[in-house]
Amino acid sequence: MKPVNQKAWWLVLPVFLCVAFSAVLPLMTVVNYSVQDIISPDRRVFVGTEWFAAVMRDSELHEALLRQITFSLAVLAVEIPLGIGLALSMPATGWKSSAVLVVVALSLLIPWNVVGTIWQIYGRADIGLLGAALQQLGIDYSYTGNARDAWLTVLVMDVWHWTPLVALLGYAGLRSIPDAYYQAARIDGASKFAVFRYIQLPKMRGVLMIAVLLRFMDSFMIYTEPFVLTGGGPGNATTFLSQFLTQKAVGQFDLGPAAAFSLIYFLIILLMCFILYTWMQRVGTADNAEAGHG
Amino acid sequence: MARITLDLAHSYKPNPQRDSDYALTPLKMVFDDGGAYALLGPSGCGKTTMLNIISGLVQPSHGTVHFGGDDVTRQTPQARNIAQVFQFPVIYDTMTVAENLAFPLKNRGVATDRIKARVGQIAEMLEMSGQLNTRAAGLSADAKQKISLGRGLVREDVSAVLFDEPLTVIDPHLKWQLRRKLKQIHHELKLTLIYVTHDQVEALTFADQVVVMTRGKAVQVGSADALFERPAHRFVGHFIGSPGMNFLPAALLPGAPAGATTLGVRPEYVTLAADGAPGALPATVVQAQDVGTYWLITATLATPAAPGDTHTVRLRLNPEARAPRVGDAVRLGLLGAHTCFYAEDETLINIGVAA
Repeated sequence: MKPVNQKAWWLVLPVFLCVAFSAVLPLMTVVNYSVQDIISPDRRVFVGTEWFAAVMRDSELHEALLRQITFSLAVLAVEIPLGIGLALSMPATGWKSSAVLVVVALSLLIPWNVVGTIWQIYGRADIGLLGAALQQLGIDYSYTGNARDAWLTVLVMDVWHWTPLVALLGYAGLRSIPDAYYQAARIDGASKFAVFRYIQLPKMRGVLMIAVLLRFMDSFMIYTEPFVLTGGGPGNATTFLSQFLTQKAVGQFDLGPAAAFSLIYFLIILLMCFILYTWMQRVGTADNAEAGHG
Repeated sequence: MARITLDLAHSYKPNPQRDSDYALTPLKMVFDDGGAYALLGPSGCGKTTMLNIISGLVQPSHGTVHFGGDDVTRQTPQARNIAQVFQFPVIYDTMTVAENLAFPLKNRGVATDRIKARVGQIAEMLEMSGQLNTRAAGLSADAKQKISLGRGLVREDVSAVLFDEPLTVIDPHLKWQLRRKLKQIHHELKLTLIYVTHDQVEALTFADQVVVMTRGKAVQVGSADALFERPAHRFVGHFIGSPGMNFLPAALLPGAPAGATTLGVRPEYVTLAADGAPGALPATVVQAQDVGTYWLITATLATPAAPGDTHTVRLRLNPEARAPRVGDAVRLGLLGAHTCFYAEDETLINIGVAA
């Protein structure tokens, strides 16, 4: 029989403490707020699940959630195909490939609030290159006044900021395809489209799934750029979930509902992570089973 | 199907100056219609380059490629209508076995029922009929390699089937089966097959004619027998056989033809001579290994001309022979009908000496 040695718990303790202070305790504070009505620092009332019920019935929240889902799907619908297209058209070898990689990666290096500022200035109708140019063309464009313009501007900004990530991932996937595949396809007389459909796309599947996961989760939590660019307006046109939460917690100081909503938001993200992760795992193990034979 | 004629040189560098700049030095080569050829040589000898030039994946920097009477030097692999099987099996992951086999025909716009019939035939020949509707990605490496081959064979008018070390990733016990399959297909379809390998057993068992290559040169084209008995170049003697040919300065023995600097004798043809036999050289056994089917003896020759300058000779003795032990003094018979003489430039000038 193996000797039992409980001292090993001491080895786990530092990690346990770190996680407790960095994640568990803050989260518990939020849980604490979500079940109480804080009237003043020393007056509080236990309210049970009342805040959760109130938040779930909040029509503003429903709108923000719908807006958020629409935005995230739009982000995927534009960035994934565009990223694949970019990856396919990037040169594979030589100094050109290095140069293009640097240029493509540039927008990923810019801090998020700077991205917001860049587009805020870029889109201004009086001095911004984009805004002024559109005005000159006779298009009445204004991201501060027109809800549709504001929404589109946020989308274009996100596409500008993050499509390079999809492109770089796709590019890495493309470079991992052995030359023999292209040579075999030439010998089989495959068209360019057939090469894309039957070789490049299947071989990029793994990295594209990562790209979908990253872009979906990231856009679902978008905050900084629209905050700097539009501040959630005009009206509520670009008030996404994070923005909504911040307005509740910091703007109106409704700590109870904000805490309740934080937890719901957290659970939504967790659920999506779980769904996407199991989906990727399943596809991954199918791939491994195939590779295991080979 | 056609006779393939190469008259070319190839360099991957833009301005080749020396011989070493060439992946293939100037050569002329003919592959007859319906023959089974192997290109054999060590890594980097230019055999894959030659294969890719035949298939059209690489265009030669100098010279021409003819299929029959047609100059196909600038034609694409598709226009040349060749099939090629690569080192690692190439299959289309998302397709079934049947769709994989049908792919080259579909790309060429062949009618659906024609494709179906042809895929059925090829699957039958490859013994894959039962797997036609399984996804190709889930199959084993040898099945995948069979699909790669099948995609080549499915076209009826294919000019030649080229193989680039196709058995590298196949398990040893399946290599035999697959090679036998290749021979059978060659027998049935009478296609020109060109097979690149660095494995002499593979080359010699597969091909009627073996092209031995080294450093961008084809040093000998011949049957297994010719490569063994009459190596036209010292490299062939060294590369073919296990172990390779013994080489000694011709001056050590009388009877060398004029111009010969080196004599070569295969370990199989070195004999243990009786004391005082003419032309036999004294030697000391340094190693005696029982390899199962034969004894492998390694001995060093004591050279009277330059003491300290030793030469190692290996010989194979059959297992019934009473093998000498390490340290024994023996006399080695090196001259005979199979002794080869090589000139300064390593090429063969004469064979055989009356012992």
